[in-house]
Amino acid sequence: MGTRNYRRKTSHSEHGPGDGGRTGSWRVERPVLNKSLCIPCKRNTEACFICWLLCPDVVISRTIPPEIDLEYCKGCGICAEECPTKAITMVDEAKFSADDKDKE
Amino acid sequence: MQAKTTILSLPTEEFVHPGTRACTGCGLAIAYRVGLKALGKNTILVVPPSCLTVLQGLFPIASTKLPCLNVTFASTAAAASGILATLRAQGKDNIQVAAWAGDGGTSDIGLQALSGAAERGENFIYFCYDNEGYMNTGVQRSGTTPIGAVTANTPFKGKLQQKKDVPAIMAAHNLSYVAACSAAYPLDLFDKIKKCMDMPGTKYFHIHIPCPPGWGYDARYGIKVGRLAVETGYYDLYEIVNGEFKLTAASEKLVEKRKLVPVREYFRSQSRFKILTDEQIAEIQSQIDAKWAKYYKKDE
Amino acid sequence: MHIIENGNVAAALGVKLCHANVIAAYPITPQTPLTEKLSEYVEAGEMKAEYIPVESEHSALAVCIAASSAGARSFTATSANGLLYMHEQVQWAAGARLPLVMCVVNRAVGAPWNVWNDQQDSISQRDTGWMQIYCSDHQHIIDSVIKAYWLAEKVSIPIMVCYDGYILSHTYMPFDVPDQEKVDKFLPPFRPEYALNPDEPANLNTVTLPDVRMDVKGELAHGYMEIRYLLHEEMRTSLTVAAEGEKRFADIFGRGGDPYLEPYLCDDAQYVAVSLGSLTYQLRVAVDTLRKEGIKVGVMGVRFYRPFPDEAIAKALKGKKGVIVYEKALSYGYEGALVSDLKSALYEYLSGTGKLPVVQNFIAGIGGRDIKTDDLTQTLRDATKGRVSLQPVWIGLKL
Repeated sequence: MGTRNYRRKTSHSEHGPGDGGRTGSWRVERPVLNKSLCIPCKRNTEACFICWLLCPDVVISRTIPPEIDLEYCKGCGICAEECPTKAITMVDEAKFSADDKDKE
Repeated sequence: MQAKTTILSLPTEEFVHPGTRACTGCGLAIAYRVGLKALGKNTILVVPPSCLTVLQGLFPIASTKLPCLNVTFASTAAAASGILATLRAQGKDNIQVAAWAGDGGTSDIGLQALSGAAERGENFIYFCYDNEGYMNTGVQRSGTTPIGAVTANTPFKGKLQQKKDVPAIMAAHNLSYVAACSAAYPLDLFDKIKKCMDMPGTKYFHIHIPCPPGWGYDARYGIKVGRLAVETGYYDLYEIVNGEFKLTAASEKLVEKRKLVPVREYFRSQSRFKILTDEQIAEIQSQIDAKWAKYYKKDE
Repeated sequence: MHIIENGNVAAALGVKLCHANVIAAYPITPQTPLTEKLSEYVEAGEMKAEYIPVESEHSALAVCIAASSAGARSFTATSANGLLYMHEQVQWAAGARLPLVMCVVNRAVGAPWNVWNDQQDSISQRDTGWMQIYCSDHQHIIDSVIKAYWLAEKVSIPIMVCYDGYILSHTYMPFDVPDQEKVDKFLPPFRPEYALNPDEPANLNTVTLPDVRMDVKGELAHGYMEIRYLLHEEMRTSLTVAAEGEKRFADIFGRGGDPYLEPYLCDDAQYVAVSLGSLTYQLRVAVDTLRKEGIKVGVMGVRFYRPFPDEAIAKALKGKKGVIVYEKALSYGYEGALVSDLKSALYEYLSGTGKLPVVQNFIAGIGGRDIKTDDLTQTLRDATKGRVSLQPVWIGLKL
C-alpha cells in the first residue's frame, strides 16, 4: 500500500501538532506549578501569565491555573526562571514514576 | 500614540502548534509566536533555509497555521516580491506578506535580494531573526556574529571581524520603518509590528534571538541573557521611523537611568565569549560607553 | 495578422497573448529586447501585468516561482550566464511542479565572456526537470510560447522555450500573430490546484524526508523520492499531452503538425542530418545542394528536447544508413548532448533489428563562430561516404 493515490504531488504540508513527535520525551526536568504562589491563582483573576507569554513551545495555557502540556513540554525552564513569584520549579524527570509520566 | 500592549491585552489566538523540532528554549520560537500574533491570520509567510524551516516542520506536517512558501537561501525578498505582485494582480489588498529569515539568510546570502526589494519599495515586512550565526547548520559564523564569538568555524580565535550593522544598511534605503527588537522583549516586538503594518514600502525588523546551543548557556536563562544584551547597552532596542531614530522600551529607559550593566556580565553569561580577553572586553566597554554618551547627549 | 518583426518581439507577443500577469525582468544580451518590449506593453496599458525589474536573474525566477505559487501566470526570459545564475531556481521550479514558461535566448556561456549564439546555456539545464522546446523560426517562437503555457499548466511542469540568440532573436521575419480570441479559446485562465492563501493554509516545499510519513489526516504521504519520481513520470507522459496540444492548436489556428520533429525530405532519405533550433533550416540548404548531386539526404529538426521523444526519433531514423547530428553544445569530456541522447534512443529501440544507423557528430558555431553553409554541405557529403570520426568533429575550428 503505497502513496500513489496521495492527494498531493508536491511537498505540501498541512498544519498540526507534534511534527517533532512527542517532544515531552526530550525533558530531563519538568515544570511543577505551586498554585499557592501563582498570582492569577491566588487572585482568581486574569493576571501575570508571564509563563504563558514566554513559553517557546506554546504548551502553557492562559488559564487559571496555567496548565502545562507535558506531551510536548521540552523542559527548557524559562517559565520557572521568569515566574515573578517562583511558583514554578523544575523537578528532575527521574523523580516521576512511569505511572505518572505526562501527568502533573 | 498607541497604548503599549500588555500580556493581558495580547491576542490569545495561537498560530503555532506545540511539538516542534526547535531546540529546547529556542529564542526564535518566542519571537516567532508573538510576531505571528501581531501579523494575524491574513498573512502569507516566506521562509528560506534556516532554524525556522525546521521549527515550521517537515513534510507533511506544518507547525504554523498560516500559508508559507519555502524558498532558496538567497531569494527570500525576491520571493516576497513575487507573492506581492500576484496579490496586486488579483486585487487582494487585505493579505500581507511577511518574510522571516535568519541572520545568514539576511546579512550574507540574502542581502542582495533584500536590497533590491527595498529599493523597489516592495510592501512587506522583512524579519531578520538574528541568533548571530548559522545555527541551523551547527553554529558557523555569519556576518552578524559579534566580534570574539567562538563558533564552529572560528573555534579557537573567535570571530575576528565586527558584527555587520544590517539595520543601518536597511535604513540607508530610506525605508518608512526599521526596527531593532529582541525575543527577550516580545511585547516591544508586537507593538512595533502593529505600528508599521500600514506604512508603505519595505519594513525591516532585526530581532536579537538568544540561542542556547549556539551561545552556550542553560536554556532556562534565555530571557535573562537576551535582557542582559540590552541592559548592558550592547544591543539596543530602537526604531527608525521615516529616517528618525528613537530608542524604545528598555533601551529608552536606560537613557533615563544613566546606568548600564557592565558588558562583562553579558559575556560571562555565555560560553561562546570565553576567549575574550580583559583588554578586548575593556575595548568593547569603551565603545559601548561612547555610543551611549551620544545617546545621553541627544537626550539633553 | 501577418507582421514582420524580430524573434524577441515574436516571443513578447506570445506572452502578451497569453495574459501573463506577473513578469520578472533582468537584462542580459540577447534577451533584453524581449523584456523591454513587455515593459512597453505593460506601461502602455496593452498588458495587464505586474512588471518587476529584479536585481538578478536568480531573483527573476524567484519572483516567478513565488508568483506562480500564489496563482499567477508568470514569465521571465534570460540567456547564458543569467540562466546559469538561476540554475538553483530552475531545479526548484521543477521540483515544486510549477507551470512556468521561460524563454531562453540561446547564448554561449562564460568563461570566457561571449555574447553570441550557441546552445550550451539551455543544454546545460537538460537534467533539471524542465521541458525544453527549441524553435526554428519566429512563427515557431510565438506558437511555442502559447503552446507552452497550455502544456505547462496541464501537467504542472515548467517549460523553457529556447531560440537562437541573434540568429532568431534579432533578425526579422514575417510571421502570423494569432487572434487574441483564438488564443483565449486555446488557453484557458490559469487555475492551479492550490494557490497560497490564508483561508487554506499550507507550507510549500519544506524539508521532505527520504522516506514516506503519515500526514495530519492519518494518510501516508510521499517521501522525496516519490515526489521526484512523479515529476519524471509525468514528464514522460507529457509527450502524449504535447501531441494532444499540438492537435488542439492545429484545430484552432490551422497550423501545426508533428509536436516533436520537423522533418525535411526524410522519407526516402538514406542519410539524415539532425539538429536543434534554427540550424535545421540552414541544413536544408545543404540538403538541397546534395539532393541535386543525387545524394539522398534529409534533415530533421528536433523541437522537443526534454522530455526526449526517444520513440519518435527511433521510428523516424529506423533503417537509415547514417544519422549526422549537428549541434551547438556538448557535454564536455564526452560528446554532443543531442547525439548522446539520440544514440541512446536508437540503441534502445533498434539494436538487434539490423536497422541501426551509423551516427556521427559535428559541433558547430560555438561562441557564435559563423557556420558556413558550404561547411555544412561538405561535412554532410563526407559523412554520407563513410564514418568521418568516432569522436565529435568541430567544424570551422581555426587551430
